[in-house]
Amino acid sequence: MYKNMFFLFLLLSVVVATKASSDTLIEKQRNLGVLTENAGLKLPVGFAAIVAIENAGRARHLAVTPQGKVYIKSGKLINGKSVLAFKQEDASGKLAITQSFDRIAGTGIAIKNGYLYTSSNEEVFRYKLNSNGDVEDTAKAQRIITGLINRRQHESKSIALDNAGNIYVNIGAYSNSCQEKDRAKGSKGIMPCPVLDSAGGIWCFKADKENQTYGDGFRYATGLRNVMGLDWNTQTNSLFVMQHGRDQLYQSWPEYFDTTSGAELPSECMYELHKGSNCGWPYIYYNHLLHKKMLAPEYGGDGKKEGSNEFQDPVVAFPGHMAPNALLFYTGNQFPSRYKNGAFIAFHGSWNRSPLPQAGYFVAFVPFKNGKPSGDWEVFADGFAGKPIINSTRSAEHRPCGLAQGPDGSLYVSDDSKGTIYKITYTGK
Amino acid sequence: MKSIVIISSITVLLLSFKQPKKPQSKIDSSPQASINRGVAVYRKECMSCHQADGGGVPHLNPPLSENTDVLGDKKKIISIVLKGMEDRIPLDGEYYSNSMASHAHLSNLEIADVLTYIRASFGNKASAVTPAEVALVRGGKKK
Ligand code: HEC
Repeated sequence: MYKNMFFLFLLLSVVVATKASSDTLIEKQRNLGVLTENAGLKLPVGFAAIVAIENAGRARHLAVTPQGKVYIKSGKLINGKSVLAFKQEDASGKLAITQSFDRIAGTGIAIKNGYLYTSSNEEVFRYKLNSNGDVEDTAKAQRIITGLINRRQHESKSIALDNAGNIYVNIGAYSNSCQEKDRAKGSKGIMPCPVLDSAGGIWCFKADKENQTYGDGFRYATGLRNVMGLDWNTQTNSLFVMQHGRDQLYQSWPEYFDTTSGAELPSECMYELHKGSNCGWPYIYYNHLLHKKMLAPEYGGDGKKEGSNEFQDPVVAFPGHMAPNALLFYTGNQFPSRYKNGAFIAFHGSWNRSPLPQAGYFVAFVPFKNGKPSGDWEVFADGFAGKPIINSTRSAEHRPCGLAQGPDGSLYVSDDSKGTIYKITYTGK
Repeated sequence: MKSIVIISSITVLLLSFKQPKKPQSKIDSSPQASINRGVAVYRKECMSCHQADGGGVPHLNPPLSENTDVLGDKKKIISIVLKGMEDRIPLDGEYYSNSMASHAHLSNLEIADVLTYIRASFGNKASAVTPAEVALVRGGKKK
C-alpha cells in the first residue's frame, strides 16, 4: 500500500514539475500568428493547405519537377513499387497518379538536370526524365552508388545534389552513441569510434558515374549520427543538414540526467557543412539551453563538462528528439519575402521524451538572411498529429517526413504514416 | 505551481522514510502485487522505447500489445530481456530497426514483475512470470 502511494506521489510530482518547466520553448514557438485551419493543419495567417494526395504508402521524401510532376519515394512497396508519380488533375490542386515503378523501398528522392534520383537503404539509382517531366523508361534505372552500410538502425539514405555534378548521401550510424554495448545502461563509448569509418557522416559521389561505392567517393563530413534532412543551399553554395541527436541520455545515464533534461536534450541541430566538417558525434552533444557543446556521458561527460572545441557548432539548435526528417531552403516567390531563402524543417515527431508528452509532428521555419539565420525558429505548419497531446508515438495520425517546393512556389509536405501529401500555398487571405 | 511541486516532493520524502523495509522473503508474490511493482520497472526501463501504451514506435520498436511473443513462451521473452534483441527478424510481420540492449542488470524479481505487468496490460491477458522462472533462464548467475 505504502509502495503504491509512494509511486503515485512520485508520479504526481514528476508530472507537475515537468508541466511547469518543460516544453515552454516549443509552446512559445507554436503561438506565433497561427490562425487559419486547413486540411487539419494550423498555418500562419494568409496560408492555405489542401490534401493533394492520399494513401501514397509510407511516403518518405518527395520531389517535384519543373513541370509540376510530383514523385514520392515510399518506405514500403505499394503493389510491388516504391516510386509513385503524380500530376495535377484540375484547378483544385488534387493530384492523380500517372506512373509507378522501382521495386526497392527506401527514403531518398531528388531531381537534378533532367534526372530523377532515388535511394534504397543501400544504393542510389537514377532515371532519365523527358521534357514533360515523366520518366522515359521506368525499366531503365542507372545504378549510381552501391554497397552502402545498412545495419537497420538509421538505415535511410537521404540524398541531395549540388550544382557541380556531385551527390551527397547520408550514411547513418548503426548505433546510438557508439557504446561498447549499444543502448545499454552505463556502457562506455568506444575510442576512437569505429562506426565513423563507414557511417555517421555524409559521403560525396559523382552524380553521373555508375556503380560507385565507398572507394569511389569520399567522406565529405563526419561526426553526424544520422541525417534525414539535407539540402544544398544555393545562396551560400553549401550543404546544410539536420542531425537526429542521440537518444536515451536519461535512460542510459540516470545519475547525470533526469526525465526533463533527458527529454529536452540533446538539441536537434542544423549544421552548415564544408569538406572535412566534423560535428562531433558520438563524443559530444549540443545543449541549446546553455548554447554549448557537451561531453557525451559515454566519453566521460556528466551533463556539465563541456565538449571539445575541435567540433563544429550548429547554426540552429532545436529541442531534443523531435526527429527532423527533411530540410528545404525556400527559393520560391509565392510566399511573402521573409520566407525567401529561409529553411523549412519537417519534424517527424519524437518517441524518446517519455514520461513527458512527445513533441514535434510539425513543420518549422527559420528565417535566413545572407546565408545565416536572421531570427528564432517558429512552428509553421502544425496539427499533423491530429490531437494536442501525443503520449505514444503511434497515436499521431500523420507524421511529416518529406518537403518539396513546386514550380509555382507551393510547399509540399509528405506524411509517412498514412501517405498523405499536403500542398501549402500562400493566398494572402 | 511551485508550491505544489514542493508539497508533493515533501510528501514523497516523508513517505519514503515511512516505507517499511521488507525483507526479501516477505515479498508479496500475488500476481496483482507483481503487476503493481512491474509498472515502475516498465516506466523506468522499457517505456521510452515501447511507449506508454505498449504500442511501440512504428518501424523502430515493436508493440508489446497484440504481440504473439509477449503472449507466448515465457522463456523466450525472459531471455530477450536478459540478453537484449538485435535479431531484425519480422515480428508479427514487421521489421523494427532499433536495438534492444540487455537488461541483465535487473533482478529476477524485477524482470518477473515487468513481464507479468506487460502480459496483463495493453489489452494482453496472459499468466504471471515468477522470479524462479527468470532464475531458470538466467542459469548459474544468481541475482
Ligand atoms: C532501446 C529501446 C528498447 C528498450 C529500452 C527496451 N526495448 Fe524491448 N525491444 C526493442 C526493440 C527494438 C525490439 C525488437 C528488436 C528486433 O527486432 O531485433 C524489442 C523487443 C522486445 C520484445 C520481443 C518482442 C517480440 O515480438 O518478440 C520484448 C518482449 C521486449 N522487447 C520487452 C522489453 C522490456 C520488458 C523492456 C524493459 C525491461 C524493454 N523491452 C526495453 C527496444 C527496446
